[in-house]
Amino acid sequence: MEYLNLILAILFQLAQLLLVVLLAPLLTGWVNQCQAWLQNRSGAGVLQPYRVLRKLFQKDAVIAYNASPLFRVTPYIVFGCMWLAAAIIPIIAVDLPFSQAADVIALVGVFAVARVFLALAAMDIGTAFGSLGARREMLVSFLAEPALLMVFFTASMISHSTQMPRIVDALAHHQFMLYPSLAFAALAFVIVLLAENARIPVDNPTTHLELTMIHEAMILEYSARHLALIEWASSLKLFAYISIGIALFLPHGIVAVGNWAGLPLAIAFLLLKMLAAGAGLAVFEAISAKLRIFRAPEFLGTAFLLAVLGLLIHFLLGA
Amino acid sequence: MDAVGILPLDVIGWLVQFWIALGTAGLALQRAPRLINRVIFPLSALTSLLLALAGLWALAAAPNILVLPLGLPDLPFHLRLDPLSAFFLILLGGASLGVSLYSAGYFKAMAGGTLGLVCLEYHLFLVGMTLVLLADDAYMFMVAWETMALSSYFLVTTDHNIPEIRKAGYLYLLIAHVGAIAILLSFGVMQGGNGIAAYTFDAMRAAHLTSFWSSVAFLLALFGFGAKAGVVPLHVWLPEAHPAAPSPVSALMSGVMLKTAIYGILRVTFDLLGTQLWWWGVLALALGLITAVFGVMFAAVQGDMKRLLAYSSIENIGLLLVGIGLTIIFHVYGKDALAALALTATLYHSLNHAFFKSLLFIGTGAILHATGERNMGRLGGLIHHMPWAAVLMLVGVLAIAGLPPLNGFVSEWLLLQAFLLSPGLPNSYINMLVPVAAAVIALAAALAAYVMVKFYGVIFLGQPREKALEHAHDADLWERSGMIWLALACVALGLAPVFVVQQIDLVSHALIGSGLGNAATNWVFLAPVDTERASYSPLYFLLAVLGVMLLTTILVRRLYHGRLRRSAAWDCGFPAQTARMQDTAEGFGQPIRRIFEPFFKIEREVPSPFDTHPRYHGQTEDRLWYILYLPVKLLTEKLSSLASLLQHGRIHLYLAYTFVTLIVLLVFV
Repeated sequence: MEYLNLILAILFQLAQLLLVVLLAPLLTGWVNQCQAWLQNRSGAGVLQPYRVLRKLFQKDAVIAYNASPLFRVTPYIVFGCMWLAAAIIPIIAVDLPFSQAADVIALVGVFAVARVFLALAAMDIGTAFGSLGARREMLVSFLAEPALLMVFFTASMISHSTQMPRIVDALAHHQFMLYPSLAFAALAFVIVLLAENARIPVDNPTTHLELTMIHEAMILEYSARHLALIEWASSLKLFAYISIGIALFLPHGIVAVGNWAGLPLAIAFLLLKMLAAGAGLAVFEAISAKLRIFRAPEFLGTAFLLAVLGLLIHFLLGA
Repeated sequence: MDAVGILPLDVIGWLVQFWIALGTAGLALQRAPRLINRVIFPLSALTSLLLALAGLWALAAAPNILVLPLGLPDLPFHLRLDPLSAFFLILLGGASLGVSLYSAGYFKAMAGGTLGLVCLEYHLFLVGMTLVLLADDAYMFMVAWETMALSSYFLVTTDHNIPEIRKAGYLYLLIAHVGAIAILLSFGVMQGGNGIAAYTFDAMRAAHLTSFWSSVAFLLALFGFGAKAGVVPLHVWLPEAHPAAPSPVSALMSGVMLKTAIYGILRVTFDLLGTQLWWWGVLALALGLITAVFGVMFAAVQGDMKRLLAYSSIENIGLLLVGIGLTIIFHVYGKDALAALALTATLYHSLNHAFFKSLLFIGTGAILHATGERNMGRLGGLIHHMPWAAVLMLVGVLAIAGLPPLNGFVSEWLLLQAFLLSPGLPNSYINMLVPVAAAVIALAAALAAYVMVKFYGVIFLGQPREKALEHAHDADLWERSGMIWLALACVALGLAPVFVVQQIDLVSHALIGSGLGNAATNWVFLAPVDTERASYSPLYFLLAVLGVMLLTTILVRRLYHGRLRRSAAWDCGFPAQTARMQDTAEGFGQPIRRIFEPFFKIEREVPSPFDTHPRYHGQTEDRLWYILYLPVKLLTEKLSSLASLLQHGRIHLYLAYTFVTLIVLLVFV
């Protein structure tokens, strides 16, 4: 029975691994499509990211003369880290075996590994854009990362654990109650999500204007399969962040491993939440304007303070 | 082990004597610098290895005591080897093994006479640090402490014909001695006026001080050891002295010597003083937080690679002090498991910092040798010319940035876990402080990543900013082997945390009487309390990342192709770009300078549009120097100039003084 459970858990883990990597571009496509609708365009359809990926994979890679091996291996590292991150967040079922190896602090660490490598690769060619992007990316992240950590801390104070499955378990399978600390954490998390995924108002994923770009400036030298992997990793990152948001703030509907009867409902719930979150993101982006780069730290500082406030409120109210 | 009658302390005694012999031999062999490089430093590295092994052996053994027939009439030298000493001896041996191996290659360009002296001072420095860890009475401790301070002073001023280095050395000597006086006073308070025999640590352990005198002793010790560790505001010497020394010495000073101060604080607080008070912990915590943020903030705006690392050492000392503060708080409130967790995090981080900071410092030495340049603004693109150094330094950079699965992450993880588990203290003010402190730690850690991306990116990546860099040569075999050892240690400490935590548990049991028993249940998963609460497995983590990466690579290559073409980088339609147009170290630090502007004293010289010889000059300085140190310096100068009114160098004036004094005495007495 023990072994059966373990095999089942591993199967679930593998299934989720496969699911996230296949679904992630769909989410990006959905957000883009919603944006197109909001801008009164017809849009390219939700499947467009897949077409882009296929096109990029088929092209010949072009890299600069002085690109070092670090430049070539980074897309794989970034993709691997993001894939792994998306795979350890319980989205359909809790009790994924791999999540024991990496708790929420390690999850923040995984994101940091990907970010540091991407920033280093951006500096590798030695063009002004690359290091500009790297510098700005690190600027945004040094405020966003602690804020994310504080959000996780609030959640783990409530659930007495830093294990993602335990947190989700504690938050989902208890009676519905509103935690004031989590409300603050949720606000902070939304800001972090926008910043870390290079969305408006911190960055604009569709711009290539040198004065404003952050993420795009870093990956300017990448092409073909390397670019495809980085784009895919970006989709996975967005997917992971939205999954974290769902897991922390709307965990209802997640099932335990082996609960086959609950599975279809869990998947339906997940899809519904994802659609809503993607549409919400598109609406938010449509109604806000991009900040000047030096306003971004203030914006993120707000997130950091909100998250710390959430933690303090937890101490004051015990909830 | 007792069957053969040899104790770990005996072995360490022999090793210390061997080190002294090696140093003296180095001085004698001035005429044969090759011999010093090829024989003495490798032998010294071997001694370090044996020292680390002896430390590992002593960790599990009962405390060894030795009384030497040397010292003061009523106070012979007492030596004692207990788990705490043993742990720091492992740290010393492990880090100095890499540094000594590296030194075998590093000093080869140095002239024989200087080399002989350096060799002697280097070994005396090692001996001094070892004896600080072993000393069991105040006199022995101070002798060892001074040996360490003076030998390192002479090492710092190796290039004494450069005025800045003489100045840095003087500042170091001054603050080291202000600190030493405080330590001596602290011992004086702890011995409680019971005669010279009470200067042994055993007598201090037995003395029961009132809480007032305990606090005085603690504060003096915190001041004294804090001056050695570079705790803000006693840090000003550190970013001057550490970069001034030759790189292996910088590595030992940052990696190991700072840890002797941490050892001192732990020894006094938990061993010599019987009881602790909660506000000591709060004080240490607050100082630690300030030091951590201050250090990393200043590291971010440095343009000199060794100064950057020195400031990063200040940050890490801050983190260690936070760990000590938490340990005190938990220990006072009887939360034994939590105190053990915080202490484990502190000791683990000490060990980690010893390895990665030594690695990075000797790495900068290799760069310095290859290019003759410390200013990051003139480096760049070295990954192509120094691949070994680049790869090994990357390990150090990722470790110090606290990224999984390397060692820096483990200790950071443990420290954050200690914060997360802390609610439930009876003092509600401290309860409120804890989340804020955790937030500051997280901020410092994230900024450390910023600093390290800057450090590595500007030095190794991009295009060479100077023509001469094309001829940079990689680290030689000895230098490389030292760096490989330290890098491997960083990886091993990252991947086998359970083993390390088990060893540290022995220290925790000896020092605060509790440990993390649960961590030992499973060798792959590090779980300080229980697996439900938190667990981390770097091994599985690494395997998963590598597995996923491998799978991706294979799939991409199989399903598509591996075609690759090289071409010029995209120049935005402006073909006249040069390597000088890359972002500089100063540029990379600019956002930090702007965000934290009130903390810096910034001097900027910006050319006007009509300048025919435009020059840009920017300097970021430490406000504390101007607020705290400069007034003291000015006052001292004023007083000494007043004193010099009396001094004219003419003998008849001095005779007149004597005469007047005599008359005055005769009149009044």
